[in-house]
Amino acid sequence: MEENQGVWVFIEVNDGKIEGVSLELLGAGRKLADKLEVPLSGVMLGEGVMPLANEVIYAGADQVYVVDHPVLKDYRTESFMKGVCTLAEKYKPEIFLYGATPNGKDLASAVATDLSTGLTADTTMLDVDIEKRLLEASRPAFGGNIMATILCKKHRPQMATVRPKVMKALEMDEGRKGIIIEEELELREEDMRTKVLKIVKDVTKKASLAEAHVIVAGGKGLGDIQGFQLIHELAEVIGASVGGTRDVVEAGWLKHEQQIGQTGETVTPKIYFAIGISGAIQHVEGMKNSELIIAINKDPNAPIFDVATYGLVGDALDIVPKLIKQFKELSKEKGGEMSYV
Amino acid sequence: MHIVVCVKQVPDTKIIKINPKTNTLDRRSAPAILNPYDAHAVQEAVKIRNKTGGTISVLSMGPPQAVAVIKKSVEIGADRGYLISDRAFAGADTLATSYALSKALEKISKDNPIDLVICGKHAIDGDTGQVGPGIARRLDIPPITNVIEVSEVNKKEKYVHIKRKQIDGYEVLESQLPCLLTVEKEINDIEYAPLPNMINAARYEPVIWSVNDLEDVDKTQLGLKGSPTIVGKMFSPPKLEGGKRIEGNPDSQVEQLMGILMERKDLLKLKTANS
Repeated sequence: MEENQGVWVFIEVNDGKIEGVSLELLGAGRKLADKLEVPLSGVMLGEGVMPLANEVIYAGADQVYVVDHPVLKDYRTESFMKGVCTLAEKYKPEIFLYGATPNGKDLASAVATDLSTGLTADTTMLDVDIEKRLLEASRPAFGGNIMATILCKKHRPQMATVRPKVMKALEMDEGRKGIIIEEELELREEDMRTKVLKIVKDVTKKASLAEAHVIVAGGKGLGDIQGFQLIHELAEVIGASVGGTRDVVEAGWLKHEQQIGQTGETVTPKIYFAIGISGAIQHVEGMKNSELIIAINKDPNAPIFDVATYGLVGDALDIVPKLIKQFKELSKEKGGEMSYV
Repeated sequence: MHIVVCVKQVPDTKIIKINPKTNTLDRRSAPAILNPYDAHAVQEAVKIRNKTGGTISVLSMGPPQAVAVIKKSVEIGADRGYLISDRAFAGADTLATSYALSKALEKISKDNPIDLVICGKHAIDGDTGQVGPGIARRLDIPPITNVIEVSEVNKKEKYVHIKRKQIDGYEVLESQLPCLLTVEKEINDIEYAPLPNMINAARYEPVIWSVNDLEDVDKTQLGLKGSPTIVGKMFSPPKLEGGKRIEGNPDSQVEQLMGILMERKDLLKLKTANS
């Protein structure tokens, strides 16, 4: 176990671009590596990914392991897992982080099983105990009412998947120098048991929540699906995207892909309206990094007010219609529509 | 076609309470339910069996009362159920859980070879999604996670076509059988159980295995002992200060809020009709 050294980050590439979460993890990984006084490495697999290696260095890594192979063109558990396990067994990192994306979680789960090591899911806080060289990976637990710090004392590497948009990427530093290590790997298409037949991008989905500038989100405090219509109306008037809590999605008031929170989307809009939302950790984890948070809730002690920039204690069913009216008048007055910088 | 669905009994996390003094879970505060994602997994197995014929088995690990989730699965349409229940399994993390379940699956497969394993995407009490892929690795079959549609099952040529949710859309995969799927909720709607299913479920007694009923088990890989991860501490997240309260009656509150928003030109601007 003592021979394991260094912090690794799995670099996820989609459409010839490094995923934002991988850059965020290089930022977070840099801090851990500095504390432990070890190098930070990126691990990047794919076909034609070599030109991206420098970006990994610019984003904070000291070195990057690259496996560039035609069989790795599209993500598949079996091929990526083989690549990642081979590297991890050869170079023995002590910490290994992955983005908590569909592919990152899939890969990390498979790799942890093959390496017989511990894996913490959907981490939102990372730290390290320098003396014991222990990764402290914290995450909301039990449906998100409380935080738990998970430790992996006797197995290496210590692995975690980390939620997108909770860690901060570093500024790209094009002057940064590092080492690019190209690894050969024996992979044959005939050995694969799965094939990717088609990839369909849904551009609207990504634009609608994860990249929205303004989000109007509602919770159970709106009473029923009729009350929830106010959310749609307000969003319509100000040209915002609509989101909601897990409860609302489970009640069938909204589609699954509109769920914001630990088990839904993580969002960072400029303005976030939290309406009739109590603010369970489960939800807050998915929106707390929004720039301006406006909360409307009947209960003055609702935890949502702890994260809100501005809090309005009152009945959403009273306040929101007035807000809609004001925005409508405003846009009529100015003869145009609302938009956001 | 032999489909095995792995199911878990979970506390209903929507209702669960945390003791704020001890930071522990008050399990009595929440009813135990079939993990909602697993209900969709059973439903999907029923849909597949309706086309291909065959048998659906459900497998769970848990205390004796977890029999309830197997009965619930029979109500949805499963044919038979197995519960592995033993103190040796207690305290298992995802690695030890996938090991125990894979041993039970190997035993089930001896009598009736498994063509397909289906799991829920994750359990709502752990929210990890790690057990499904773990089982697949241990059985050496392909895992396909985040499944939103099973579009084709070819029993004869032993392959499936699967739609898998992706970060920005979806992909269509072909996989050889046997393989393991973990399903999203949008894959199907849970249908109302027909009366005969409910009667079957009420009478149904699942097979219960202890650790000694399983074969070739390395006991050091089970339960707490076989779990590399431990919970270091539980804590309430750092309390944030919160911002300003906007006081007054609703009219005044809305007016003040509009004033604030109009001043934040960096966030919000008004576009005129011509620009």
